[in-house]
Amino acid sequence: MKVLYFAWLRTKIGCAEEEIDLPDTVKTVGDVLDYLRTKGEVYAEALGEDKVIRVALNQDYAQMDDTIQNGDEFAIFPPVTGG
Amino acid sequence: MIRVQKENFDVGAEINALSHGNTAIGGICSFVGLVRDFQHTKEDNTRVCAMTLEHYPGMTEKKLAEIEETARQRWPLEDVLIIHRYGRMEPGENIVLVVTASAHRQAAFESAQFLMDFLKTKAPFWKLEEDNTGTGSWVDARESDDDALSKWEK
Repeated sequence: MKVLYFAWLRTKIGCAEEEIDLPDTVKTVGDVLDYLRTKGEVYAEALGEDKVIRVALNQDYAQMDDTIQNGDEFAIFPPVTGG
Repeated sequence: MIRVQKENFDVGAEINALSHGNTAIGGICSFVGLVRDFQHTKEDNTRVCAMTLEHYPGMTEKKLAEIEETARQRWPLEDVLIIHRYGRMEPGENIVLVVTASAHRQAAFESAQFLMDFLKTKAPFWKLEEDNTGTGSWVDARESDDDALSKWEK
């Protein structure tokens, strides 16, 4: 699955996007975040419980229990500050 | 219509282009967001002197189009224009333009405010402030923006 990072998540994780191979047990948005947290200290910290983050699935805001599918575009970013 | 662009825009030219030839329009409301002249000095004596707006290409256009559609369903609008810039900007530069046109002023006023409130909390843009030493820091979201949005919930 393609995972995109924006703003401080991009700078913290060190890339704007990456292709992640997910195990079959990963079924929801929350599962993806849990899986990413196991990828190393940088991920665990950037996606820590104390951080306020938003997730978009195929360019729509997503909830933690939304189901993911192969080929989805998954984006993680902080609350927006445009305008 | 929505536009996401790096370039500056000419407010007068945009409004003229929108109203030209449409005599059903009785009132136009516009809002222009600018980069503030940040004269606040931070704790370490550095000063913010520019900002860079990052966005999520694709989702930005999608969200802005949805926001426009919602406004058009809610108010009788003749036309809507949203322009949002990205990239590096200095104080005084335009960031965002919202223009609404309707037969009557109330729809134009209300929908322009609605569009700005939605855009501030839903459009995927992030501000990176740059200080006079070249260091960047990400701007935190404000709760007051969420409060502004909640007043439109019916």
